[in-house]
Amino acid sequence: MDHSDKNVLVVGGGIGGITAALELASCGIKVTMLESGPSIGGRMIQLDKTFPTLDCSTCTLSPKMVEVALNHNIDLMSVSQITHMTRKGPGFLVGIKKNPRYVDQDKCTACGSCAEACVMKGRVPHEFNMLLGKRAAIYIPFPQAIPQKYLVDPERCLFVSRGKCKKACMDACETGAINFDDTGEEFEMYFDSIVLAPGFDVYDPTEKQELGYGTLPGVVTGLEFERICSVTGPTAGDILLDGKEPKRFYFIQCVGSRDRQSGARYCSRVCCMYTAKHACIVRERIKDAEIYISYIDVRAYGKGYDEFYKTTQENGALYIRGIPGEVVEGDGCLIVRVEDMLSGEMREIEADMVVLATGVRPRKTTGVLCDILSIDRDEYGFIKVDAVTPSLTNADGIFVCGMGSGPKDVPDTVASGGEAASRCMEYIAKGAGS
Amino acid sequence: MPEQTATRVLTCIQCGKCTGGCPESGKTPFNVRMLMRKTQFKSDIEESLPWYCTSCGACTIRCPRDVKPSEVVIELRAKLVEDGDIPLALQKALENTFVQKNPWGRSRNKRADWLEKLDFEVPHVSGTESKRLLFVCCIQAYDPRCMVIPVNVARLLKAGGMEFGVLGEEEACCGNEIRRIGESGLFEELQEENLGSFTEYGVQEIIALSPHCMNALKKEYGDTGIKVVHYTEVLAKMIAEGSLSFPGSFEKKVIYHDPCFLGKQNGIFDEPRAILKAVPGLELLEFSRSRETSLCCEGGGGRMFFEVESVYQRNAEVRVIDAGKRGAEIIAAACPFCVMTLEDPATEKGLVVKELSEILMEVL
Ligand SMILES: Cc1cc2nc3c(=O)[nH]c(=O)nc-3n(C[C@H](O)[C@H](O)[C@H](O)COP(=O)(O)OP(=O)(O)OC[C@H]3O[C@@H](n4cnc5c(N)ncnc54)[C@H](O)[C@@H]3O)c2cc1C
Ligand code: SF4
Ligand code: SF4
Repeated sequence: MDHSDKNVLVVGGGIGGITAALELASCGIKVTMLESGPSIGGRMIQLDKTFPTLDCSTCTLSPKMVEVALNHNIDLMSVSQITHMTRKGPGFLVGIKKNPRYVDQDKCTACGSCAEACVMKGRVPHEFNMLLGKRAAIYIPFPQAIPQKYLVDPERCLFVSRGKCKKACMDACETGAINFDDTGEEFEMYFDSIVLAPGFDVYDPTEKQELGYGTLPGVVTGLEFERICSVTGPTAGDILLDGKEPKRFYFIQCVGSRDRQSGARYCSRVCCMYTAKHACIVRERIKDAEIYISYIDVRAYGKGYDEFYKTTQENGALYIRGIPGEVVEGDGCLIVRVEDMLSGEMREIEADMVVLATGVRPRKTTGVLCDILSIDRDEYGFIKVDAVTPSLTNADGIFVCGMGSGPKDVPDTVASGGEAASRCMEYIAKGAGS
Repeated sequence: MPEQTATRVLTCIQCGKCTGGCPESGKTPFNVRMLMRKTQFKSDIEESLPWYCTSCGACTIRCPRDVKPSEVVIELRAKLVEDGDIPLALQKALENTFVQKNPWGRSRNKRADWLEKLDFEVPHVSGTESKRLLFVCCIQAYDPRCMVIPVNVARLLKAGGMEFGVLGEEEACCGNEIRRIGESGLFEELQEENLGSFTEYGVQEIIALSPHCMNALKKEYGDTGIKVVHYTEVLAKMIAEGSLSFPGSFEKKVIYHDPCFLGKQNGIFDEPRAILKAVPGLELLEFSRSRETSLCCEGGGGRMFFEVESVYQRNAEVRVIDAGKRGAEIIAAACPFCVMTLEDPATEKGLVVKELSEILMEVL
């Protein structure tokens, strides 16, 4: 069947949205991919490696991102959002706001001269690196970003936010790509169907004061640790804490998952495995590291996962059954107080770095998105889905995939992206028939 | 054990989070997680064990399954109380409270004696316009070491221009510790008696002197419609608004110890610190375990009324050692129980323990 007159909107450019978009595009459907951030890639592009194969995350995902950029059936809109929606028969009239990037995408060659010249260079906390490390006000979030173009952060650019700057970036740009008169665009577009892939945020453990996040140096979250390990991260891939290589690592699982105190009674599905992955990365890069992992139970379901857990243990990561009650300041180190339940001993273990395997939460903006589209969410704020058709939302013609509907790892997200794409095509085909 | 509690215990996943933060587990034969496990199986529990718990609340605040271990401990105690299998000293404290409305068994008609130390009159709460009650607390009404605290706070409130009254001999023990010993019947009696007075005199607001009383009055007396605050909240506000200031100077290094019932359990961390920071010359230090991770002094949950075996190092001693290491001269606390438990080891090591109001009186 020819679908070339059909348009689908994919919201979110993580691995879930990318999978759905590529699948739809390969069937000839015109896809508009709407990404609120400056680049597609989502959380997966922030990861160093992926379990259980320890493949380089960027190496796996980057080619797919490039495919999105090159695919003639896909129109990618970055720094964009949905403003409103009205139903039109089986389809949707959607209001889209493309925020200004202040850099002409046709002229920018991504040479980076502008960022070098920017007076804010090295002064803006870098979101992509979980605020570790600094960037300029004109920047590209990471080297493999798609679009492969620079953009201006309007909140931190002195000219955009305060109207006052010598605009050294403009002088530096040889192609004259920078345009401070850019006001973005707002328009309406018709779509036959919508696929949502808004992904997730991680739990902010600041409120669990007993774990010292935000108060004790050396306590970081799992996602921060991914950035610390990554070659595109703030330390260029060296595991460093204040310039020094930590030797004693303590990983704590289930922080903000399976936890009534923080309102998340569910298991986040990825933390056990990503913690095992972190242990493997540490062992590979710091041969004499001491590695401890506190767990309640290790959820290594399915093929290849329990094997991975065993390898992690063989590599000398000590698994301790028992969740620490407290992380406190010691003499030039952190002290983790934990009941090592299997030996029945209370231990106070010294560590240089404590990594909290923080759980998964819906993206903060998912509520607004769902309100605009009249989509129901569950008690946690994830998008509510049909029990046997996990991409089906309460709205006819709107589908969901990835973390947006609940915790999933990459393989599950990819599977759900495929499912959402095929349900979407089914819906469009039905519409065409009637 | 009430069905609700039993059901909660069944959902315990034995994660050990409770033991990891418990001030008693590990160093004594007590292990709170193990108690939950044994409760799941209704196994026998050695009867000395439940008495180690200090009711610090850390386990209940942090348990991911909301099992409320410290409440389960209270239920285990309740059973022992019912069977009469409880330490003699605790038995005595309960009887005393039943008769004299205070665990020490001091005569009820001496409860207002501390007022004689004041050079001004404090009215009965019924005679105040604001119907604001200063709730004194048993230990501060009777104990010679602690009696100075209500005297000080009364002076400070007066200096700040705040009207308040007392219940005098009509005040009964708040019952906070009594409930935690497992005598819920007696707790309810005390609650009824105090609530009766509050209603009779139209009490609108309560300033509690002890964090333990504040906890009971605020969280365990049901929906009374009465605003309950700790005195440090009131003083901090006065200082911020400028109605209370300190002309004197106190050139000392002071370390502040967060009481469990004020800090962990009721989130009051900043007010006592703000007060100390307002004292000219005072240098405020912090323990390595402060605020939410403050190490319990072991004065709560009935532990004030009896001694557990003394072979285990007291947390108060650990606290004093840490204070010394940090260069403190004075340990400040805002709870009479903390003052009492910390004082012995502190004196031994040449440190001084002061209740917050004692420092303030020196600079007022
Ligand atoms: C520390 C950590 C380590 C991990 N390690 C692994 C691993 O090793 N292996 C593995 O399989 N999985 C791992 N995971 C899980 C993996 O990150 C997720 O499965 C995957 O990223 C989910 O992809 P997604 O597309 O659903 O969501 P996301 O990756 O979150 O992408 C969502 C995208 O949508 C965009 N977006 C959101 N809302 C809107 C909106 N309203 N409008 C427009 N755009 C929007 C976002 O900007 C983002 O680009 C890990 C997770 C964490 C936290
Ligand atoms: S913290 Fe809660 S769930 Fe965990 S072992 Fe203790 S009582 Fe059980
Ligand atoms: S209340 Fe405190 S002392 Fe009692 S079991 Fe819980 S953590 Fe331990």
